[in-house]
Amino acid sequence: MTYIGNKSDLRVVGTRPDRPDGVEKVTGRAVYGADFRLAGQLTGRILRSPHAHARIIKIDTSKAKALPGVKAVMTAEDLPNITSEEAFVGEGPTNFRDQSLNVMARGKVLYEGHAVAAVAAMSPSIAEAALALIEVTYEVLPHVIDVEEAMAPGAPILDENLFTAGVDPKPTTPSNIAKKIILKSGDIDAGFAKADVIAEGRYVTAAVHQAYIEPHACVATIGADGQATVYASSQGHFMIRSFCAKLLGMEISNIRVIPLEIGGGFGGKTIVYLEPVALKLSQISGKPVKLVMTREEVFRASGPTSGAVVEVKMGAMKDGTIVAAQAVLKYQAGAFPGSPVQPGLMCAFAMYDIANVHVTGYDVISNRAKVAAYRAPGAPISSYAAEQVVDDLARQLGMDAITIREKNAAKAGTKTVYGVTFPEIGYEAVLAAAKSHAHWKAPLGKNQGRGIATGFWFNIGGESSASVFVNEDGSVSVVSGSPDIGGSRASMAMMAAEVLGIPVDNVRPIIGDTASIGFTNVTGGSRVTYATGMATVQATEKVIEQLKQRAAMIWDISPDAVDWKDGQAVPAGANAGGFDPLSLAAIAAKAGKTGGPIGSEVSVNAQGAGPGFGAHICDVEVDRETGQTTIIRYTAIQDVGRAIHPSYVEGQIQGGAVQGIGWALNEEYIYGA
Amino acid sequence: MSGLSYTAPSTISEAVSLLANASGLAKVLSGGTDLLVQMKSGRLKPALIVDTKKIPGMIGIREIDGAFVIGAATSGALMGEHAGLVAAWPGVVEATNLIGSTQVQGRASLAGNLCNASPGADSPPAMIAAGAIAVIAGPAGTREVPVEAIVTAPGRTSLAKGEFITEFRLPKKPARSGDAYLRFIPRTEMDIAVVGCAIAVTLDANGVCIAAKVALGAVAPTQLVVAGAAAALIGNKLTDAVLAKLDAECQAVCKPITDKRGTIEYRTKVAGVLARRVAAIAFQRAGA
Ligand SMILES: Cc1cc2nc3c(=O)[nH]c(=O)nc-3n(C[C@H](O)[C@H](O)[C@H](O)COP(=O)(O)OP(=O)(O)OC[C@H]3O[C@@H](n4cnc5c(N)ncnc54)[C@H](O)[C@@H]3O)c2cc1C
Repeated sequence: MTYIGNKSDLRVVGTRPDRPDGVEKVTGRAVYGADFRLAGQLTGRILRSPHAHARIIKIDTSKAKALPGVKAVMTAEDLPNITSEEAFVGEGPTNFRDQSLNVMARGKVLYEGHAVAAVAAMSPSIAEAALALIEVTYEVLPHVIDVEEAMAPGAPILDENLFTAGVDPKPTTPSNIAKKIILKSGDIDAGFAKADVIAEGRYVTAAVHQAYIEPHACVATIGADGQATVYASSQGHFMIRSFCAKLLGMEISNIRVIPLEIGGGFGGKTIVYLEPVALKLSQISGKPVKLVMTREEVFRASGPTSGAVVEVKMGAMKDGTIVAAQAVLKYQAGAFPGSPVQPGLMCAFAMYDIANVHVTGYDVISNRAKVAAYRAPGAPISSYAAEQVVDDLARQLGMDAITIREKNAAKAGTKTVYGVTFPEIGYEAVLAAAKSHAHWKAPLGKNQGRGIATGFWFNIGGESSASVFVNEDGSVSVVSGSPDIGGSRASMAMMAAEVLGIPVDNVRPIIGDTASIGFTNVTGGSRVTYATGMATVQATEKVIEQLKQRAAMIWDISPDAVDWKDGQAVPAGANAGGFDPLSLAAIAAKAGKTGGPIGSEVSVNAQGAGPGFGAHICDVEVDRETGQTTIIRYTAIQDVGRAIHPSYVEGQIQGGAVQGIGWALNEEYIYGA
Repeated sequence: MSGLSYTAPSTISEAVSLLANASGLAKVLSGGTDLLVQMKSGRLKPALIVDTKKIPGMIGIREIDGAFVIGAATSGALMGEHAGLVAAWPGVVEATNLIGSTQVQGRASLAGNLCNASPGADSPPAMIAAGAIAVIAGPAGTREVPVEAIVTAPGRTSLAKGEFITEFRLPKKPARSGDAYLRFIPRTEMDIAVVGCAIAVTLDANGVCIAAKVALGAVAPTQLVVAGAAAALIGNKLTDAVLAKLDAECQAVCKPITDKRGTIEYRTKVAGVLARRVAAIAFQRAGA
């Protein structure tokens, strides 16, 4: 296979062509979730709990059903009461039963905004009037919002059947702590005994929402034959298909999900909220049903990331060697288990080569919306705390903040606390770039300060499918199963063009629906450019093999005697014969006579993605009278591997930095205010 | 479904009689940047909307012998583009231009900002400090009241049924005068004031303050006119001691609430800080 990452003579990869979706988006023609409509569609609306925690005594939908223009009303009673089953469908593990209970509350509401019923009606105003006619009788229960209060003995219990996993012996009383996880290496006590200096701190982070511009939206339709189609914007249409099938008790083969343009996700669209509800409403009404969240619903009922409390203690020797690192991570999961505490544990100290590490994580439910993935789920939370403590060690030792990181930097051969031994990695290069950057040495003004933090993320591979077709005129279509939230269409087109040796303008990338391309995992976990890119490159190579065969047929020579060069078939050498090169267009024109259409699909389960490291330097100025904080300068140093389309990569880095700044300075969920 | 009527009369008297004779809730519409949001959220369900923007004079700015008449529905953007107004009353304009975003500026008006009667509204403190007068049309004819007499409580005004504001009058700026407005928000855009402060001053030839008006927003149920703070300025130059007195007088009158934007203590402290900073700008604009 062509390893684009290592090639030196790249022509397309690394350039900045116009994005294939650009014109559609800037002219307003792109069809996002809320733009899509089907003839005869009904408007759906969801009734949501006004209580943080309550038992549902009764839901009376009779008045809503009787309202003229109302075509369907549903509650959890209309969904199969499925049993607990682990699901690895989105980004991070979840449970199908929890997802069912999250899309429609059964028995209890667990957070303000939890869906309790839904309607579909002839117009938005009828749908809203119908919601007002649904009578829900609640028995309000004590609730708990704060993660540590939820962990405390005597806290209101959300789920009587939840017993903390990962503790021995198995507990006999239910708890809001869904899981306790410990990762360790070396001997933490011995490590601290060796330390000359010790730093520790307790860090609290807020739950913040991904706040994608586009609220969740879908249209679902299901025919009398049971064939269903869902049109939705998400980070994974195969993910939607899996959840709909499980939550509604349907066959995968009866559901087709067609991806629409997506207006941001950041991890928050790796899960379903609306699609199973819309499908059920369509089934009841016999009409297509459209559901669109309002911004308020997005904030109330879709997943933010975890707020957390993280306690970190680290010890170092006089020379700066960190000899012990310990952390306790308490992550909010929202109303159902499944916070990203596991990656939080794995990432906290991953930048460092530390002999003795002991990290404990708690996955804690409370009366908040279920958390969803958010840009390197779990990692920024624990890294934030760990990086502060590393800085404290440096201060105590009188060391430069980059120097202490260099002293302890993970490198090839470093074994992580989660068991992986790093191959060649870029952390030291990132630190060197930070140290030599003018920003690190630039003078600071009055009331200004400078901070640095470094971070780690695994990057993953996973299952992806892509197909590459040569059209009759020699242009090329690339179809992949990955929704494009960060430039994947451009990247796929560029990789195919690179391998084929043709201009990227001759390649049109699209996203195939669940029935027209092989299974593909969600766009998340920093996997698409790698895994879907691998599928695209391999499919392109298969196409080149076919092109060479066709040329061989046209020239009547052996396929081995044909080379592919600069977008053309050429004789492999003098012995092959003195033929003029055959362009892609020339071969395509003769495809019918040489065996039919040319194209190939490849599905992969990509392995071996390299991890990413980053170091960000930020200067702030603080108004000492008001506390107002202004970002003066921000420099991001990021180990990105091979940037396929550098503008997109820069956009990702800028977006990440901006979201990080918002998280640090402005954003939080305030309940009970 | 409940009915909603929309009407856009072309005369003041027509608007007055529509408002006065309405049976259900009748609302005046200027830019709609508050009203439509409240209707969409379901907080407000008017039966009648009377759009005033078709009435001649409701939009536009006239300068008469150095004084200004601003149509009640004039957008912030139009105010910001009026060079004469910007030169004379920069504090009023900067307060109005802080409202919302570029899009909101294309619609948001002084009358709407005032009559929405939010304690955190940006333009009312500046209008109050500048001595603006609201001209009110109603069933009983026209009356003129100082802007500080309009808002009576959050969401409530002193306007009677059938009344609405047609224009605001800003006096001719006296020689050696300056006004300024600052608001504090934790971020730089699109947020509602934690504290707003406006100050208008007139100095004598020696730079001594001979007239002053200080108004605070977001620290009490209505905008506050801080007489003690004005007294601290009058007869003085802006020395450290005077600034300290101004700060203390402003803090003394604050009756804020604690909410997600700030605690009582924080709002009170920031009111003093802003007053000092605003005074410095106003004095400088007055030629100090
Ligand atoms: C995104 C956004 C950001 C905002 N940011 C700010 C901000 O930073 N600072 C701030 O202060 N406000 C802000 N606002 C609120 C709003 O934009 C302002 O209050 C604006 O000035 C309202 O003016 P309007 O003309 O749109 O009022 P409208 O919505 O038309 O009316 C508001 C109220 O005033 C009444 N009213 C309107 N005209 C008259 C009249 N002539 N006589 C009597 N009553 C009348 C209406 O009946 C209604 O009750 C923001 C709003 C939005 C949507």
